[in-house]
Amino acid sequence: MIKLLEARGIGKRFGGLRALTEVSLTINKGEVYGLIGPNGAGKTTFFNVLTGAYTPEDGEFVFNGSELPLGKPDRIVNRGIARTFQNIRLFREMTALENVMAGHFIRTKTGLLGVLLQTRHTREEEKLTTERAYELLKYVGIERHARTLSRNLSYGDQRRLEIARALATEPRLLALDEPAAGMNATETSQLRTLIETIRSDGTTVLLIEHDVKLVMGLCDRVAVLDFGKKIAEDVPAEVQRNPAVIEAYLGGAHHAAH
Amino acid sequence: MNNISQAIPFLGSRNPKAALITLVVLVLTAPLFAGLFGNTWVRILDFALLYILLAIGLNLVVGFAGLLDLGYIAFYAVGAYTWAFLASPHFGLHLPFYVVLPVGAAFAALAGIALGFPTLRLRGDYLAIVTLGFGEIIRIFMNNLTHPVNITNGPQGIDQIDGMTIPLVGLELNRGLQVTDDFKISSLFLYYYVFLAFVVLAVILVKRLQVSRIGRAWAAIRDDELAAKAIGINTRNLKLLAFAMGATFGGVAGGLFGAFQGFVSPESFTLMESIAILTMIVFGGMGNLAGVIVGALALSFLPEVLRHIALPIQQALFGKVYLDPEVLRMLLLSLAMILMMLMKPAGLIPAQSRYSRADLLGDKEARHDQAA
Repeated sequence: MIKLLEARGIGKRFGGLRALTEVSLTINKGEVYGLIGPNGAGKTTFFNVLTGAYTPEDGEFVFNGSELPLGKPDRIVNRGIARTFQNIRLFREMTALENVMAGHFIRTKTGLLGVLLQTRHTREEEKLTTERAYELLKYVGIERHARTLSRNLSYGDQRRLEIARALATEPRLLALDEPAAGMNATETSQLRTLIETIRSDGTTVLLIEHDVKLVMGLCDRVAVLDFGKKIAEDVPAEVQRNPAVIEAYLGGAHHAAH
Repeated sequence: MNNISQAIPFLGSRNPKAALITLVVLVLTAPLFAGLFGNTWVRILDFALLYILLAIGLNLVVGFAGLLDLGYIAFYAVGAYTWAFLASPHFGLHLPFYVVLPVGAAFAALAGIALGFPTLRLRGDYLAIVTLGFGEIIRIFMNNLTHPVNITNGPQGIDQIDGMTIPLVGLELNRGLQVTDDFKISSLFLYYYVFLAFVVLAVILVKRLQVSRIGRAWAAIRDDELAAKAIGINTRNLKLLAFAMGATFGGVAGGLFGAFQGFVSPESFTLMESIAILTMIVFGGMGNLAGVIVGALALSFLPEVLRHIALPIQQALFGKVYLDPEVLRMLLLSLAMILMMLMKPAGLIPAQSRYSRADLLGDKEARHDQAA
């Protein structure tokens, strides 16, 4: 097992609210790692801290052998962490293809002068970006909508497009924030296939998800957050049996019933 | 080809090549037609081209990057005053245009960055308010930089500004071109073609920007800044770049204005001018180059046409002028905006299918999709 990401004692406060307290976890290369917990447990906050949208007060991330810059989204993406959003955030006035091409920004180099002079290097890079974007649309299965404005795509396709855009940044770790939210059974099973493909192609996946069936079936290991603290981290079968997890999800009433 | 078919819709959809040729011929002969009605109209045409240049520049900031700028005229002022400083008796400098224009553009770009830095975290209304203030600050500076050293000459402005001289052939645009003893091309015509060259250059550069990774990053910031950050776009640098690039166009237009007019004063650079340019791009279709050009053309021309009609009509009907042309102009702009918002909120030519990727890819299927 090679460690890809190690979170060490991550803490994040919003005013008096402790959103995350001493969260430490380890994600190994090549696995699908689930992050679950009741509403408000701090899952999305953890995502935001990891991807640089927020700066944590305590702790550090070690990614692929070296420390991750905190609160610097562009540098974090450059290091190889890409994310999607719980409430889809596409570039609405751009086509599906352009969305993915935009995702390739960080992996391209053309500067202002290159663009204005349309050098050969610029044109080649642009062509490559276009081709790569097409491939990614094919990869997630929506290439026939390449020219559709992203806001006109169906809900499931928007989710896929967001994943394609994230993959365009060529991440080592793909962080998905509730990708199955609002999907029907067919779409969810297609999503599951997609995530499995992504894993088998060598990208590690961090998954926040409410759909327990999806998490248990897909994830190699699962961490459970409750009130901003990690209460369990194990293989899915063990986590399901963990009394602390059951308590967090079902509350004290569960015990009272026994 | 997309923009051309939009420019002349009837011809363009069937025969893009013919539309392009028609357009080129029209643009090249426009001053001749305008000249038939007197030199005033050629002059109006020249100004229309300057407005197009300004609209293209402002569209870069507002339409592409989504940064609402209500002080854009400040960059025009910076360009115009730079020309006035470096090529007039005011400081006794008479540098050639190929020095003055880049310097003016660079100053404008710096001003753009100066405006960009403190406003990086602002969007929408808040950004508009700050940029509005910035535009006024520049104008007030121009008005008051007379002590202890007289830099701008205050409200009197700077006059006797050098015109543009084309090097090598030594053509002085202000003097016109004496072809034969009794045939002279007036300077108004010469400036038209010079301005036209700048507009064409601007269109080419902006189109290149639009379909580049930089243009996509701007569009990403415009559509969703947080998501743009999440795919690794350095939003700070790209916003500053948008401000600087937009300002550069404004600076170049300003320099040309100074040379053409021969006189600059702060009253050319009021808030109303900023609003007029913004109106042009909203009217034409924000984010769409063809739309922006049509909008600038329409809204710089229509008020003049109406002014030349409205004055005589008022004279004839009432014996005196009730509505001042300048008032009439703002009235018309407002009316145009209201009608536009009611009938076509996205502008005359909306910014749909901006990028013709099909041409880039040589993808037949995609091209078919687009046509359908």
